[in-house]
Order: sequence, then structure tokens, then C-alpha cells
Amino acid sequence: MGSKTATEAQKYVWEGAIPLQIHLHESEVTTLPPPSPALILAPRIGYLPLLVPQIKPFFSSTLPPGSDTVWFEYQGLPLKWYIPTGVLYDLLCAEPERPWNLTVHFRGYPGNILTPCEGEDSVKWSFINSLKEAAYIVNGNCKNVMNMSQSDQSELWRSVLNGNLEAYIRVSSKLKLGLGGDDFSIKLNTSSLKYRQSAADAEASATIKAGRIPIRLYVRRVNEDFDDVEDAPLVDNWDKVSYINHPVEIHDNGKCFTLGDAVKALLPELFPDKSLPNDSMSLPQVEDGEGSALEEASDTGRARSPEDTGESVRECQDSCSLSETADVKLIRIQGIEPKLEIPFAWVVNNLMNPEHFLHISVYVRVQEPITV
Amino acid sequence: MATLSNQGKIDISCWDGTISQHEFHTAASAFAERWNKFNAALPQCSWVARPISPYLSSTSKDEGYLSVENVIMFPTPAAESCYGGDDKEGEEELSCSRSQEDDFIDGATMLQNHDDASHHYDFHVVYNASYRVPVLYFRAYCSDGRTLVLDDVEKSIPAISAKLLMLSKWTFITQEDHPYLNCPWYTLHPCGTSEWMKMLFSHEPAVDDGGVAVAKYLVSWFSVAGQVFGLKIPFEMLSSIGN
Repeated sequence: MGSKTATEAQKYVWEGAIPLQIHLHESEVTTLPPPSPALILAPRIGYLPLLVPQIKPFFSSTLPPGSDTVWFEYQGLPLKWYIPTGVLYDLLCAEPERPWNLTVHFRGYPGNILTPCEGEDSVKWSFINSLKEAAYIVNGNCKNVMNMSQSDQSELWRSVLNGNLEAYIRVSSKLKLGLGGDDFSIKLNTSSLKYRQSAADAEASATIKAGRIPIRLYVRRVNEDFDDVEDAPLVDNWDKVSYINHPVEIHDNGKCFTLGDAVKALLPELFPDKSLPNDSMSLPQVEDGEGSALEEASDTGRARSPEDTGESVRECQDSCSLSETADVKLIRIQGIEPKLEIPFAWVVNNLMNPEHFLHISVYVRVQEPITV
Repeated sequence: MATLSNQGKIDISCWDGTISQHEFHTAASAFAERWNKFNAALPQCSWVARPISPYLSSTSKDEGYLSVENVIMFPTPAAESCYGGDDKEGEEELSCSRSQEDDFIDGATMLQNHDDASHHYDFHVVYNASYRVPVLYFRAYCSDGRTLVLDDVEKSIPAISAKLLMLSKWTFITQEDHPYLNCPWYTLHPCGTSEWMKMLFSHEPAVDDGGVAVAKYLVSWFSVAGQVFGLKIPFEMLSSIGN
């Protein structure tokens, strides 16, 4: 197979970093004056626990006795270590905060909120398990990951640790995670090139082969009607974030599949035109359920008005008004807010994380949330 | 890719061992009904639906999980050997309790087993959209509510499972965030499930109208997954599902 080279966008993604200002939690300060915060550039595609070797020297002389159980929090919210650092930043800082002020703890691990983390090993295995999951989604099995040699596995992990994109591509290409293999890669590269020339040309050529794409969606719910994202209230617990780990299934219908189509497939209620029959645009199925669109609209109507037995017109009204109670304020991937019209093939090829998942942060404005 | 089920049946001739969310819901209803009918000795099984929210409602009718909670198990009787003369009696009693799976605890037994009180398990069966298979989530705690760590879990599961756990620490049982409850739960890793389900169903007797009932999927799945915890299912749970 021909060797694949990195696209310009991939290089930017791999070099992406977030300036962190890390403070030691006051309950763990045993000296006066308290230690100065640690200033660190954290790779977007990396994970917070991997920064501990750099952080520890700043604080070791002031820690109380005991063994380390390191965890991070932002404004009181314990941070899930298995989510890439860049995704946490995109999701939790509505208005990018530079530097991002985090608090580190070396004691008192909140085991009821965070899964255990035993340093680099835990992060590595979380990464490998995600890679297996992605391989299963794309290929229908994870044999290529399971059969990776020890040296390839180590090299792959080191490439992520060191931010070495060339080494990563060399090893990961053996996993054959592109849709349709070379054909997909070539088509994607063509798509990338054409996108620079003309959006119309990109639309014409950026068809994507049928298959499933690994996606992790983080939907943040904000209750107030805020005009500036700056006014978004803080996330104080993880129940305010819906985590949707669900692949997007693409059907080969010759149409250009856009980023908007992908998000619509996972969050159909947030796109009002779904309630209007439109045969010219067929939405990919999120599930194989046999419920018809009308039935779904009807169910939605019933969910809002249990006593309603109205006609289809009324059901359509209910469906539309439901859409008006929630709408998308923001969609972020790798720190940028791409237009929904961008061909999904380009987004996938250029903005994916090394474990082969596309992480998308979505801000949803919700008025009067429905409680049942 | 998963084959669309026709009339609630899986065409096993070209099947990859996976099911859709909708099929999972169908199989879960059948499982809960039969569990509650034929497994009276164990706690009830119920379906917990996903709470409705403004932007997730289109799929909520099928989304949710199966729940069986407060299943009581006892640590392996190795600990009993500390009590010397009571060794035989202790083993016998534990064996009897386990086979009956009731939660009666003799006061004398409780005193003896102060450090190894009964272990309580909550089991949830959740559909995994990536692997398109059910996944078993569980948590374990003592009768006083204290959460058990993995080393403690190891003491109340069959020896062969404990050995597997030791050999493949990172891939057999891991802690993950529960998809609905947003906090850490233990889970059996699902990456091999579709392959052994495919194998399991390939041994089903062929049926003229082509296919095995979707309702059978979860019962068959649990006959394997439940063994990790020494939980066997009554034969009636399988035989009562017609093709």
C-alpha cells in the first residue's frame, strides 16, 4: 500500500496545545507561602494524567504525607481523565480561557465520581480499548488491533505520548481503519485538495463510502437564554453533559454527507426541518428501529402532551414546538467551530483524535427542560 | 453490518452476532418476563427507561437498561479455614446458602464471618451502540453499603473467573462510567461478544421459516455472561421461547 502523508490540518491538530495554569488545591498546601502555579502547555490530543511527571516537581515539597492519587478539577468539577485534554477544554470553557486555570489534587481521589487511574498505564489501556472499539465500528471486528505486535503497540503509544504524527501514521496505517482502505484515503485526500479550490467542487467530489464512523458527542445543556457564550454558567456536575458514544452510519446514496448531516443523525430533534418530509435528503439511520418518521413525531408529541390524540397537523406542530425549546448554540471540534456544510469526509480525515474517534462538543440551549 | 430483523427473527445464515437497539429492547422485555417467572429465588428484573430530554427524545422509546439488583453472594470458603474446628460446618452452610440463593443469614454465621460478610451485587444490562451488543455493568458492596474493590469482587466470583481476571487485568473487567448513571461501574469488556453470540446461535436447530427469535438473544447471552458470577439460568427460560 502507498504510504500516507499527513495533511496540513492534521499537523495543526497534533501540534495543538492548551496553556494550563495548574494550582495545587489549598487543602494540600503545607508550607507558607503557597507554591506558585505550574505553567504547562498541554497537547490537545493528550490526557491530563500524562502531565503529572511535569507537574509533580512544582509541588512535591509542599505535599502532606501519604501516597499520591492524582486528579484534576475545574471550578469544582472533577475532570474525567480518559477524555482528551482538548475536548475537556472545548466542552467546559464556553469562552476559551487562557491560560486555563485547573486545580490539581494528590490526595482524596473521588472514587464515586471518577474511574480509577493508575498513571500512564491506565491511560494507555483506555486508549487501546478505544482504538479497539473504533476498529470494531469501522471494520466489524478488532482483529487488527488485537493482533498488533508488542513493538507496534509500544511505538503507537509512544507516538501519541510524544506527539509524533509521522510515527503515528506509519503504525496506524497497518490497522486499516480508513473506510474502504486506500480508496477511502485517496478519495479523502482528493476531497481535501479540492476543498481548497472550491466549495462547490468539494461538494461534488466528497462522497463518502457507506459504513460507520466512530464519534463521541458531548452535549452540554445550558438553561438560560444567553446571547454571548461568555455568559454560559459553569458545569458543576457531569449530569449536565450528555455523553453520546454512538457511531454515525453513512449510506452510499451518492449525496454529499456533511458535518451537519452527522450531527443531525445523532441529535435529530435539534434540527427542525426533520419534521418536514423531505425525500430528496435521506438521513442516515442512527438505529435499525422500524419506527417511521411519522410515528416518531407522534411519539414526540405524546411525550409532550400525554392527553393529546390530535391529527398529524397537530403532531407536526408539537414536533416543531419541541424543536423550539432546544437549539444548538455551538459545535466545536479540535477548538474550531466548523461550518455545518463542510463535507464530513474532510472533518473525519483531518480532525480525528489518535484513538480514531471524532470528538464533538455541542452547546445546546434549553428552555424549561421537560421533567417527567 | 447487522441484518435487519424480519418479524422478530434473526437470519443467522448471514448474521454477525450483533443486534440493533430496537432488537435489544425486544429481547430485554422477553428476558425480564421470563426471569421474573422462572427465577423467583433471585431479585426481580426490571427495565429502566432513559429519562426524556428535549434533544434525545427520538430514540428514548428504545433506550434504557435491564436491572437486577441486590443479588447476594458469599466469598469463597477459603476464609473459613481460619476457624479450624468449624471448617466443615461453615463450608456446608455456605454451599447450602449459595444453592438456594436466599438472603437468610444465621446469627452465628454472621459472627463467624464478620470480615467476610455477604457481598451484594447490582447488575445492569446496557446496549452498546459501538459493538452493537449487550454489556453487563455491575457494582458490588457489603451489607453495610461499603463499596467493594476489585480484589474483594474476586473473592465472590468462581475461581476460573478470578483467574481470568488476574491474567487480563485491563481487558476482562474494567471500571467505566455507567452510560446512564454517570459514575464508575465495573463492566465485562464487550469486544468479543458478537463472535461468541454468533457461535452460540449457529448451533441452534435450523428453522424452516428462517431465523432464531430475537427474544432468545439475551437469554443466550446471559447464559454465558452470568457464568462469570456463577449465576445459572433455569432451563425453562430458554425452552419457553418458541421459534
